[in-house]
Amino acid sequence: MSATPTIVELSGVSKKFVLHQHKSLKERAVAFSAARKHQEAFWALRDIDLQIATGTTLGLVGHNGSGKSTLLKVIGGIIQPTTGVVRRRGRLAALLELGAGFHPDLTGRENVYLNASILGLTKAETSRFFDAIVDFSGIEAFIDTQVKFYSSGMYVRLAFAVSVHVDPDLLLIDEVLAVGDEPFQQKCLAKIAQFQREGRTIVYVSHSSDQVAQLCDRVLVLDHGNMIFDGSADEGIDVLRQTYTDSTPSFVSPKSVSAPAYALPSVGSLRISSSAIDTSGAFMPGSDLLVTLDFSNDDMSQRLTAEISIDIQPGVEVYRVSTDQLGIEIPREVGAYTLAITLPQNPFVSGSYSLRASLAPTQGDGPHQQPSVQHFSIASAAGVERSNSFNASAVLRTR
Amino acid sequence: MIDPEAHLRSVRIALLPLAEVGRHRGAFAGTAKSVGEIWDRRELLGLLVRRELRARYKNSSLGLVWSLMRPLSQLLIYYFAVGQIIGLARAVPDFAIFVFVGLTAWTLFSEIISNSTVSIISNQGLVKKVYLPREIFPLASVGSALFGFLVQFIVLLAAVVVLGRFPTSWDILYAAGAFIMLVTFATSLGVLLAGLTVYARDLEHLVEVVLAVLFWASPIVYSYSFVQNAIGGSALEQIYLANPITVAVLGFQRGLWVAGSVPANGVSWPPDMATRMVVIFLLSVVFLWFSQRIFSRLQGNFAQEL
Repeated sequence: MSATPTIVELSGVSKKFVLHQHKSLKERAVAFSAARKHQEAFWALRDIDLQIATGTTLGLVGHNGSGKSTLLKVIGGIIQPTTGVVRRRGRLAALLELGAGFHPDLTGRENVYLNASILGLTKAETSRFFDAIVDFSGIEAFIDTQVKFYSSGMYVRLAFAVSVHVDPDLLLIDEVLAVGDEPFQQKCLAKIAQFQREGRTIVYVSHSSDQVAQLCDRVLVLDHGNMIFDGSADEGIDVLRQTYTDSTPSFVSPKSVSAPAYALPSVGSLRISSSAIDTSGAFMPGSDLLVTLDFSNDDMSQRLTAEISIDIQPGVEVYRVSTDQLGIEIPREVGAYTLAITLPQNPFVSGSYSLRASLAPTQGDGPHQQPSVQHFSIASAAGVERSNSFNASAVLRTR
Repeated sequence: MIDPEAHLRSVRIALLPLAEVGRHRGAFAGTAKSVGEIWDRRELLGLLVRRELRARYKNSSLGLVWSLMRPLSQLLIYYFAVGQIIGLARAVPDFAIFVFVGLTAWTLFSEIISNSTVSIISNQGLVKKVYLPREIFPLASVGSALFGFLVQFIVLLAAVVVLGRFPTSWDILYAAGAFIMLVTFATSLGVLLAGLTVYARDLEHLVEVVLAVLFWASPIVYSYSFVQNAIGGSALEQIYLANPITVAVLGFQRGLWVAGSVPANGVSWPPDMATRMVVIFLLSVVFLWFSQRIFSRLQGNFAQEL
């Protein structure tokens, strides 16, 4: 990596945003004395030092408001840093929005020329690429129709076709790949892979950890404007998930909840184990997972259902199953039980997860408890076949 | 394995200097760099002007004719209301030509100002998403105003030819000078207003009001002779003549309104018009530089203010 030249260099870049509360002259005049107080400043970026080598695909990740889009805009020159210097060379294309400058009243053809010019192509170059652009977009029949009559899919396809025919050395991408249907996304990813082979530098902002892991060879994690991690994609995503975990309120364990008026079933320990564990204690992808839950039924009046759910950080549910779905009926007799659920050949991607278990009356809106929570992580491993569906099985024992 | 294309690319990039991104510092070097940047994107400037024009009349069957309707209707109103009913036409020879010459100059100015004031705001989608030299947006407004002027000017020329009042003396140079001066002045004001309006949206409405007032502060529907009779020789007259739009309108009239140059008609012109025009032009150039500096300072925060 050190062999290739630096294409972007940031030194000591900070960006302060001042939120003006007053926009109109009248409001400003009235609130003139108080104007200073009403200015609320926050640092969207703090002291970022960064060098990007040619040919790198750099992922910028972080939760909302962490400053990743601001950093992208600073690199692109769209926003001026408050302090610090950005140096850059080579041809830049910023795909912060597909179809920037498209005018609904102009035809597809006119918009191609306009959009290409905005992205930095000359008229002669656009004319040379024009057939390829139209071909790539697949909307030859509508190229002389006004863009306002396009479906959103056609619009995006045409816009993307223009974007990829700009010949950039440095490409800034902000979540644009999140739009479009699956074939379109595949097309985007294939094009990005081609760009990577051609040694173009890509800076990519995304919320999708999977895409970042798949595409990027370097990841920066931003948190409140600070760069908290700079390194490989897998590690970066772990750090990112860690920041999510830290910021979500920790769940209260059942023991600290004061007992409600009538006897709730009490949830005992919740455990999860795996048939294959790596040295750091993470479960291997594709291994069999065993979830066990101890609980006791203290009230015979209600029939109970137990439910487990698995969230990938930060709280996106990936799996949920209940005893009803598993075909298990929890007896009404007072007693202590252990529920064991086997998840064979888990399909989860690498990352940290939380497992929750809860018990609730089957019917009606009975009082719910705080769920019992366990955290676990899945190790990253290449070349694991992941099945798309798997069948959980469960057994219930009395203790 | 290194792709040969990738290798070539990295070799090429290694040869380029790392250039600082963003605002161009330095009073003169900064302006020079900005001008260079705009010059590099002149094709885009042309496309933006065309976009504005084509989009404006895209779905109307009369199209371009509409851009003539407003000045023509204004001409009719002033010709009948002011000229015939109030009776100004008796004092001003060839009143129709006189009014149309003044209106043509005025429309150019007011179009440049009102369009460029909102140019950054109406292009905010682009300003926020793509880096372009932002001066390009007010300049595109100037471009589309110039196109409107061209159409109106052709009509004006056709009219004076048909009416047999085509200017044949060197006085026509006044009109050419006035045009250059007016465009320079309006552009510098437009660039400044475009930048300021982003921070104070009220300017958009204020500009409308001020334009309505300024229309009457220049001899467009009345002739300069009336002004001279009223406030001739006083300090007020000097203030009146310090208005660049007034001088530009007078220049257009002196160049294109032939009846005003016929001695028998007794039309008076302010003294030293050529000198005034040159001075205002030079001041406008300085003002243009100043506006660009201000704009350049303001534009760093456009993306977040919009």
